[in-house]
Amino acid sequence: MTWKKLLIPLASVPLILLLAYGFRTDPKAIPSPLVQKSAPGFRLKAFDGGEVSLAELKGKPLVLNFWASWCYPACYEEAPLLEATWRKFKDQGLMMVGVDIQDKEANAREFLQRFGFTFPNAPDPGSKVSIDYGVYGVPETFFIDRQGRVAYKHVGALTPALVEAQVQLLLKGK
Amino acid sequence: MIPTLGHFVLFLALGMSLYAAGAAVYGARLGREDWLASSRNAVLANLCLVTLAMFLLEYALITSDFSLRYVANNSTRGSLTRYKIAGLWGSLEGSILLWVWLQSLFSALVVARYSDRHQAVMPYVQAVLQAICAFFLLVMTFAANPFATVFPVPPDGRGLNPLLEVTDMLIHPLLLYLGYVGFSVPFAFAMAALITGRLSGEWLKNTRRWTVVAWLFLTGGIFYGGWWSYRTLGWGGYWAWDPVENASFMPWLTGTAFIHSVMIQERKGMLKVWNLVLITLTFALVIFGTFLTRSGILGSVHAFAEGPVGMLFLGFLALVLLFSLGLVAYRADRLQGHGELDSVVSRESAFLLNNVVLIGICFTVFLGTIFPLLTEAIRGTKISVGTPYFNRVSVPLGMALLLLMGIGPLIAWGRASLNNLRRNFLKPLVTAAAATALLWALGVRLAEALLAFFCGLFVVATIALEFWTATRARAGTTGEGFLQAFAALLLRTRRRYGGLIVHLGVVIAIIGIAVSSIYKVEHEVTLKPGERMEIGPYTVQFNDLQAGERPTHILVWANLTVLKGSTPLAELKPGQRFYPNQQSPFASVDARYHWSEDLYTILSTFERDGSSATIKVMINPMMAWIWIGGGVILLGVLVAVLPERRLAMLTARAKAQPA
Repeated sequence: MTWKKLLIPLASVPLILLLAYGFRTDPKAIPSPLVQKSAPGFRLKAFDGGEVSLAELKGKPLVLNFWASWCYPACYEEAPLLEATWRKFKDQGLMMVGVDIQDKEANAREFLQRFGFTFPNAPDPGSKVSIDYGVYGVPETFFIDRQGRVAYKHVGALTPALVEAQVQLLLKGK
Repeated sequence: MIPTLGHFVLFLALGMSLYAAGAAVYGARLGREDWLASSRNAVLANLCLVTLAMFLLEYALITSDFSLRYVANNSTRGSLTRYKIAGLWGSLEGSILLWVWLQSLFSALVVARYSDRHQAVMPYVQAVLQAICAFFLLVMTFAANPFATVFPVPPDGRGLNPLLEVTDMLIHPLLLYLGYVGFSVPFAFAMAALITGRLSGEWLKNTRRWTVVAWLFLTGGIFYGGWWSYRTLGWGGYWAWDPVENASFMPWLTGTAFIHSVMIQERKGMLKVWNLVLITLTFALVIFGTFLTRSGILGSVHAFAEGPVGMLFLGFLALVLLFSLGLVAYRADRLQGHGELDSVVSRESAFLLNNVVLIGICFTVFLGTIFPLLTEAIRGTKISVGTPYFNRVSVPLGMALLLLMGIGPLIAWGRASLNNLRRNFLKPLVTAAAATALLWALGVRLAEALLAFFCGLFVVATIALEFWTATRARAGTTGEGFLQAFAALLLRTRRRYGGLIVHLGVVIAIIGIAVSSIYKVEHEVTLKPGERMEIGPYTVQFNDLQAGERPTHILVWANLTVLKGSTPLAELKPGQRFYPNQQSPFASVDARYHWSEDLYTILSTFERDGSSATIKVMINPMMAWIWIGGGVILLGVLVAVLPERRLAMLTARAKAQPA
C-alpha cells in the first residue's frame, strides 16, 4: 500500500479529533447573568403557614434551592444533602429556603414529609420567583451572600463537596 | 427479577453476536461448513435473546415496574398503554434496545434469505452485521443498561415528554430506525466484497432492493417527522435544521446519491471506489447522527442523556471509518474502473452532477451542524449558524437538483445526440416556459417562485412526455388499450417507471415547500370575546376561552369561528396544555387542513379571567402538497421494489378477469 492510498482512511482522522474535542466542552454552560448581582426579592407563603422573604433574611447567608416533587431523580438525590447541610450549619447563621415550582400541593407535601425537611419551603404561585431568578430547570440552587448578592449558581443535583465549599465561603464573607 | 434477568440476557446476546461474527470468519477462512452453520444458528439465537430482552422491558413498562430506572423515567401510571409501550423508544437505553432488535432482525433476515446463495461473501456479511449488533449490545451492557434499578422505588414515574405523547410518535422513530438499520445491510455487503475481493458489481445487485427499502423508510421517517412537527410543535413549521433533523437528512443525501451512482457502475463499470465510499459514508453518517444526538456535544431540543455512551459511539464511528476506508484503500488497485465518460452531454454526467450536488448539500449541512464545535475549537467562541445559512446554500442547490431530475432519466447514455435532446426536452422546456409565463401574467412576480415553478413544471412535463410516448408506443405494437398498456409498462419496467414516479413525488413536495415558505402569511393579535380579525380571505372570530381537565394535563382552549366572506368555514380550538410536571405549557395546535392552503391557529397567551386571548393565525399555502409528495414517493418506491412474483400473479389475475 502506498502513502497516497493511506490518505483515504486518514481523511477521517481530523473529524474524529474534532468530535473528541467536543467532549471537553459543555453546550449547556451558559453563565447566569445574576452572579455577582443583587438577588431578586421575593415574599412567599410557606407550606407551614409562615412567610419567608428575602428582605427578612438580609444579613444572613442564604442557600435558595428550587425543587419539585416531579423532579426525579435529581431532586430526590440532593434532598437528604440539603437537610443535612441545614442541620449542620444553621447554628452558624446559615439560612436555607426551598422553593417548590409547578407542583401539586399533595405531592409536594409528600416530598417534604419523605425527606423530613425542617427548613422553610414554599410553593411559587404563578412561578413568579422562578421567573425572576431565571430558573431553567429543577433543581437549581443559588448561594446568596450577606449583602444579598448571588455569589454562585448551581444547575443540577448538588454534591456534598460543592455545598460544603460554597457554604463555607458564604459563612466567611462579611 | 426482571433487572437481573434482563441484564443477563443482554450479556448472553452480546456473547452470542461476538461468537456468530467470530465463527463466520473462522469458518470462511478454513472452509469449515460446520462452523458456518453454527454461526448461522448463533445469529438466530441472538435474535431470540434480544427479542426476550425487549419483551422484558416492555413488560416492565406496561406493568409500571418503577424499580427500573428506565421505566420510572419514561412512563407514569396514568399513561395510556400505547404510550407505555412507546416508552421503549422514549429515551436512550430503550431506543438502543429497539435498535439492536431491528439490527438483529435484519441480520437474521439476511441469513435466512441468502443461506443457500453467495456462499463466498455471506460469512463476512454475517460477521459485519453481528459486529454492529455486538457494539450496540456492548453499549447497553456496560454504559446504558435499560435494566438498571433505582432505590428507593419512586411512587410514580416521570412520564414521557408530553411532546412525544401523540400517536405519531409511535411511528416516526420506528420508520427512522428501520431506515438507519436498513442501510447496514448494503454496508455489510460492501465490506464483504472488499474483504473477499469479489469486487464485481455483485454486491450492488444483491443489495439494490435492501437499499431502496432502507431509503424508503428513512424518507418516510423524515417526512413523518416534519408532519408531526407541523401539527404538534405549534410554531407553524416542519423543519428547523436542528442537529437531530440534520442527522437524519445527511445519510438520506448520501443514500440518495448512492442509489443513483450505482446505476452508472451497473451500466458502465465506472465509479467503483466512489460507490463503496458512498455506502460507507451513509452508514458512518447514521452512526454520526446517533453519536450527535446521544453524546450531548451539541445542544438540541432532541438531546438525549449524556454519559460514557457518547465516547463509545465516537470510538465506534472511528472504527467504522478507519476500517472501511482502510479496506477501500487496500483494494484500490483492483477497483480501477473500466469505463470512461464519452461525452459531457450524457446520462452519466447528469448522474455525476446529481452526485456532486447531493454531496455538496450534505457537506453544507454537515458543516452547519458542527459549526459551533468548529468555531469553539479554533477561536474559542461558540457561534451557531441558523436557518438562513442552510436555506441560502441548499435552496439553489435544490433547484439544480430539480433540473437534473428532469434531465437525468431521459438523456441518452454515452453521448446524447441533438436529436435525442430535441425529442425529449424541447416540448417540456416550451411547456414549462409557457406555463411560467402564464403565472407571470397572472401576477406571480417573485423570481424564486417563478424559478421553482419553471424547474418543477419542466420535470413534470418530461415525466409526462415519457409516460405518454412509451404508453402510446406499446399500445401501438401490442394492440392493448391505453390504460392496459400504461399498467403493463409500469409492471414491465418497474425500476425505471417507479423511479420516475418517485421523482414526481419529489417535485410535488418541493413545490409545496417553495410555495408554503414564500407565500406564508402570519398575523398575531389580541382579541376580546366576540372580536374578529381579518387574514387573507378569512375572518377569524374569537368566541370565548374554555378550560377542562384531561387525563394527564389541563387544557385551556380558545373557541374560534372561521368565516370566508360570511359563510362559516370551520370551528377551531387552539389551546395550551398544562402538565403538572412541566414548567411551561405546550401548544395544542388547531388548523383547517386543505389541499390548497392550511389555516393554522395557535393560542399564544391568554388572560386567566377569559377577558382576552392572543392568537396567532397563519395561512400556509400548498402545505398539503409536501405530504402528498411524500405519499407519491412511497407509491413510486413500491412500484420499483415489489417482488416480481407477486406482480406476475397480479397481472395474471388481471388478465384472467376480462376474459
